[in-house]
Amino acid sequence: MDEFRMPSLGADMEHGKVVEWLVKPGDYVHKGDLVAAVDTDKTVMDIESFQEGVVAEFLVDIGDTVDVGTPIARITATPAEIPPPARIPPPEPEPGTKAPPPVRHLAHTLGVDVGRISGSGPGGEVTRADVERAAAASGTSARAAPAAESDVPVESAAHRVRSSPLARRLAAELGVDLQAIAGTGPGGAVTEEDVLAAVPPRERAPKEEAPSKRAPSERAAEEPAEAPPSEAPVAEPPHKAAEEAPRRGRKDTGSKAETLRQAIGSLMSRSKKEIPHYYLSTTLDLAAAMAWMQGANQQRPVSSRLVPSALLLKATALAAKEVPDMNGFFTKGAFQPSAAVHLGVAVALRHGGLVAPALHDADTLTLDELMDQLRDLVGRARAGRLQRAEMADPTLTVTNLGDLGVESVYGVIYPPQVAMVGFGKVLEQPWAHNGMLGIRHAAIATLSADHRVSDGLRGGRFLARIDELLQKPGEL
Amino acid sequence: MKTTYREAMRAALRDAMKRDERVFLMGEDVGRYGGSFAVSLGLLEEFGPDRIRDTPLSESGFVGAGIGAALGGMRPVVEIMTVNFSLLALDQIINNAATLLHMSGGQFNVPIVIRMTTGAGRQLGAQHSHSLEGWYAHIPGLRILAPATLADARGMLWTALQDPDPVLIFEHGSLYNVAGELDDDAGAVDIDKATLLREGDAITLITYGGTLPLVLEAAEQLDGEGIDADVIDLRTLRPLDAHTIMDSVARTHRAVVVDEGWRSGSISAEIAARICEQAFFDLDAPVERVCSLEVPVPYAKHLEQAALPSVERVMAAARRAVGAGG
Repeated sequence: MDEFRMPSLGADMEHGKVVEWLVKPGDYVHKGDLVAAVDTDKTVMDIESFQEGVVAEFLVDIGDTVDVGTPIARITATPAEIPPPARIPPPEPEPGTKAPPPVRHLAHTLGVDVGRISGSGPGGEVTRADVERAAAASGTSARAAPAAESDVPVESAAHRVRSSPLARRLAAELGVDLQAIAGTGPGGAVTEEDVLAAVPPRERAPKEEAPSKRAPSERAAEEPAEAPPSEAPVAEPPHKAAEEAPRRGRKDTGSKAETLRQAIGSLMSRSKKEIPHYYLSTTLDLAAAMAWMQGANQQRPVSSRLVPSALLLKATALAAKEVPDMNGFFTKGAFQPSAAVHLGVAVALRHGGLVAPALHDADTLTLDELMDQLRDLVGRARAGRLQRAEMADPTLTVTNLGDLGVESVYGVIYPPQVAMVGFGKVLEQPWAHNGMLGIRHAAIATLSADHRVSDGLRGGRFLARIDELLQKPGEL
Repeated sequence: MKTTYREAMRAALRDAMKRDERVFLMGEDVGRYGGSFAVSLGLLEEFGPDRIRDTPLSESGFVGAGIGAALGGMRPVVEIMTVNFSLLALDQIINNAATLLHMSGGQFNVPIVIRMTTGAGRQLGAQHSHSLEGWYAHIPGLRILAPATLADARGMLWTALQDPDPVLIFEHGSLYNVAGELDDDAGAVDIDKATLLREGDAITLITYGGTLPLVLEAAEQLDGEGIDADVIDLRTLRPLDAHTIMDSVARTHRAVVVDEGWRSGSISAEIAARICEQAFFDLDAPVERVCSLEVPVPYAKHLEQAALPSVERVMAAARRAVGAGG
């Protein structure tokens, strides 16, 4: 078929808006040549031709939004198939010039205008030799000409990235530009690992753990106030850093929150699409836990006092150890439970967005250790100083919106994890207990879990176990 | 029960003869001599010459007779000494056995089972050592089995005899002496599915028949290097169980196909092509193949070994695929 259709540029793309045509009717395109720029809601992307041929006509106008799969242009195998011009400018070959299709193909390939060649074949027909001669005569200028006309051919050459098919698919799913990734695979091909390493923008800063020579330029990207433009030229790699750091820095800080929001958005929509969530909630009786905590805190200086979160996290970690269906990863079509409990703690960032770094082996920490590490983790998350492992490791995430007065929160599972626990505000509530009405501390705990791995029975047991553990806070 | 591949094969034949009186075995030297690989040793004494029949040296003749017997309601098991000699019966197998159901408009099934040895490694020279089962796997109308384990050697024959259409069983010559434990109650096995003999997440090693032991060995050694491999025993070369292959590749993203046949136009070529068709976007590295060198299998021991797939070559291919050098 010669219809060029709106491609799907990611699993979640349903329609796209043509914002620019990068070819014009009559142009010869090869597989992989860029044809148009398309706005996918997430970003503007260049789309490439899947077939070779001549652009016959555009079927949509700039600014039109069409569903994936809608024909947006016609690309015909040979110029002869182009219909008489309706809404298109006259095709290149001038009337009178005779050249068979293969010769025209060659002419297009070599960037020669068939109309300007006088043919030496029978009846003045242009032959391959004529085209080749014309191409040789114009020499480099023939090749340079189209490049100078627009950036398209240059970009299309650079666009052919060596990559594994898996990397290509992942990059499309995660909205990563393959071209920006340095491949480590065979022949420099981009592999799955390379894409994953490049993926979440929030990992970019913490990736380099040591404050190396590159720190200034990276910090420039992180916190603009600390990095006036004059500092950039001091950065170590003389050419690249000097040229790129300020530019990249400005761009990143301007849109950092937005980029983060986009990344979270695409991850969460993937989660909602792929993971069959089920939701449970239960009200935790925190009377014992709060009483114990208040008692414990009286013996402590302010700086080392416990907060309810520490107890909730510890109880969650212990329960996760006992109900392994909540703790691990669903990857490659199967659930892999995790022996260790690395509890992800959702931390809201000041300039928007959130991250969920891991409290490693949370089930083995004492409450004091857990409290210390929680403080440290939240502080570093907000300062953008997280380590890579903390970002990659969480086996189960907890979100606690109690601070904000929220009573219950139903989270969206962070793939490839299989569950998300939400805690609401600790409230004093009227509570019937042993036939008496009293006032007790309570909080709503929720569970969003992956139905491919567990069901309400396991999930219910998990929440019940958290509640049970909180009844004996001294043993946490 | 401790047993060998050869004994398991013999037990399968004995079992089939006892279960169904329409089953009989014929081939060169299967009777008085006990089979050129001693698979049918003792069966003549047990079942008599009507059911264990020595045939003249004429593959086309006795395979044709087998097809006729199958059409006439019998359940013949025909033994051909090696796959090389089966070429003499190619016309019977491909033009008759494989096509009659189709050409009779579904009226005539040909319930024949043809067994033969395949493969190299025993210094028998080129004319006794080739692996041509991939050729047969090209032919619609045939089912191609390659038992690699004791359980399959014991169980595939009866399942094959239940198939109303021609089934070819390829027994790798180097497997006959393999000994091991087999369940006392081992019996018929499924012949529709490949099996995942070992689970890993780094790479999928796909093989069948005679190369299975060396692939398992390679997988063990790779494990020591931190490369954890899935090992798939195809068991049936036609129809291929693509499902098991794709499931595994979807998890590991890398595949090495090990096949003692020659690379060009081989069953491994078919498998690699299917992976590219059906699991392209799961691949993180090119599909690797470890096949025999494209020469007639040499007689001299060191040359023969050099021409065949080896543990080292499988490991090297796996390392290349996971990007660990090699």
